Amino acid sequence: MNISAIIMMASVWTVVISLSVYFFYRIYTCPKKQEPDSYSENDDDE
Amino acid sequence: MSQKSIKQPLRLVTESWGTRVGLVLAMAGNAVGFGNFLRFPVQAVQNGGGAFIIPYLISLVILGLPLLLIEWSSGRWGGKHGHHSTPFILHSLNSKALWKYVGVFGIFCNVAIASYYCYIESWTMSYIYHSIAGTFNGLDQHQTAGFFENYLDVTTSTTGIPFEGIIFYVFCLALNTWILSKGLSGGVEKASKIGVPLLIFFGIFLAIRGITMKAGSQGAIFDGFEGLNFLWTPQFDSLTNPKVWLAAAGQIFFTLSVGMGSIQCYASYLKEKDDIAANAMSAGFMNEFVEIVLGSSIIIPISVGYLGIDRVVELTGLGGLGLAFRTMPFLFEQWGAILSAVAGAAFFGLLFFAGITSSLAMGTPVLGFMKDEFKWPRERSALAFGILVLILGLPTVFFFQQGVFDEYDYWAGTVSLVVFAMLEAILFAWFYGADKGWAEIQKGADIKIPGIFRYLIKYVTPVVLIIVFFGSLIRPVADDWSKISIRGWELHNESILGQIMHKGIGPNNTYFADTLYSENAGVVDSVFIMRKKNFVRVSPEGLNTDFSKKYRYTEEQELLVKVGDRIDVGTPIIKGEITNRLMYIDLARGILLTVFAGIALLVFIAYRKRKREKNI
Repeated sequence: MNISAIIMMASVWTVVISLSVYFFYRIYTCPKKQEPDSYSENDDDE
Repeated sequence: MSQKSIKQPLRLVTESWGTRVGLVLAMAGNAVGFGNFLRFPVQAVQNGGGAFIIPYLISLVILGLPLLLIEWSSGRWGGKHGHHSTPFILHSLNSKALWKYVGVFGIFCNVAIASYYCYIESWTMSYIYHSIAGTFNGLDQHQTAGFFENYLDVTTSTTGIPFEGIIFYVFCLALNTWILSKGLSGGVEKASKIGVPLLIFFGIFLAIRGITMKAGSQGAIFDGFEGLNFLWTPQFDSLTNPKVWLAAAGQIFFTLSVGMGSIQCYASYLKEKDDIAANAMSAGFMNEFVEIVLGSSIIIPISVGYLGIDRVVELTGLGGLGLAFRTMPFLFEQWGAILSAVAGAAFFGLLFFAGITSSLAMGTPVLGFMKDEFKWPRERSALAFGILVLILGLPTVFFFQQGVFDEYDYWAGTVSLVVFAMLEAILFAWFYGADKGWAEIQKGADIKIPGIFRYLIKYVTPVVLIIVFFGSLIRPVADDWSKISIRGWELHNESILGQIMHKGIGPNNTYFADTLYSENAGVVDSVFIMRKKNFVRVSPEGLNTDFSKKYRYTEEQELLVKVGDRIDVGTPIIKGEITNRLMYIDLARGILLTVFAGIALLVFIAYRKRKREKNI
């Protein structure tokens, strides 16, 4: 690969992968909001 | 008392998402589609390689991300008022009657796109079967391409099952309908939790294989890096070409699934205090990862490795679908029987999961609309969606070669998205109010959205969308914008006005005729019988037979040319009773207009019903 292609690809990939991981990490680690929230995972069944 | 009944007092129990990760995966699955793997690399190749990425990223920031925020927040706002489809979500943003009918696009696009999208999805199911069964083993490149053409002919069977193309299509629709009938968390979310991780896993496997291909190994003539080099070498001169910018903006629409109404629908099941900012960014960038990192590392590196750059550039002229279904199985075959079966199943498997997570998102607004307005249970609505899509989709199956598929894709899958995105951006920024909208976006946000997005949403995004729309409307021939003049200019065949006027339809410009004229220039290089049908083939001189055009004729028609004849566009080639492609094109447009009008009528009835019930 030529240098300009490597620089272009590496920089774009780095930005995109970093932001993808960062936002997903934020979603995964954010504390749950107080009920009632939008998600049924922590609802009581009955 | 249970939490559920506390949440929804005195209301019908509404759908909800099971988990936040599930919602983000469903939104990412909605965005990730065939275009990430097939359209993006082809667009990049055709628009300057690495230089395409600069307008693409700028379009992402000024169009894509603001539209994501607009759609997520207007969806959540509409959901707060009990609306789960765009006609009444838009009405909740501004009560002028017009906006309800603008919202019709948010149902129309989904139904119309699903009808041909599920057809492609069914091809991937068939190709997974054929990859595992080893059908492609021993076929040369032309035979592999021919297999695809056989598959598209519904009367031909590649498995022994009669009308297998239709069988696979109906099976695919039935699967979509069944998942939709299981509800949001029990169906769509579960499918996304399986589909999205699997497609990323298959994508990483194929990308590693593609990039690490070595010249001389397994028949490859170039390293996989040659393809990446070709794709990522910047050609900055193309940045001054408006065509590249229009292509980049167009790709952003397709890839993020904005301007369709499905994002608003998914977001309408969120509560007011729940985050949309981080969710939108996470789903958006997951899609970008799949597109930019995985999408650029599979079909181009592998096909350049075996076919060389010139041949791949030639093949991209046939589009991403052509590359995927006509060429990739032959290339995988070079990896040996076992690996080719694994690679074929992984490639068509990732396309299948990319497709189904998107088609499920297309069904959800229809279910939301029927439930909100006519109190239909989701099972009945899912069945109605499946039947409607089947009825709409059958013309694309039967008349694929006559251009019905392309018409659906152009009007529902391209133009409608731009129109709807432009109008909803105008509504959000200038009628609902950008400042009010900005406050809505920030409500419950788990991340801080940079303040510049407030100005992008208020001024830049609507204006750029208006420019994109008018650019597409009046696009000049050869994309030569210097020809735009007050005295008029020649339109591009693919411009909206050009399409309306049937520009580029060629010499067969009536519905019915007694003579068929050649639509391409070249040499008549063969007259042959295939699948008990007669064909004459005209190949352009100096180009590969992939660019040949085949004309079918029946026993009752008379062939006017013979092998070796040099012919021009407009040369009579077949005499007899002819039904031209123009008839099918206008038939497709008529169907789409009827569907749009039908949905608008339903919205009108629903509005009258709400008024009667004093529920609006």
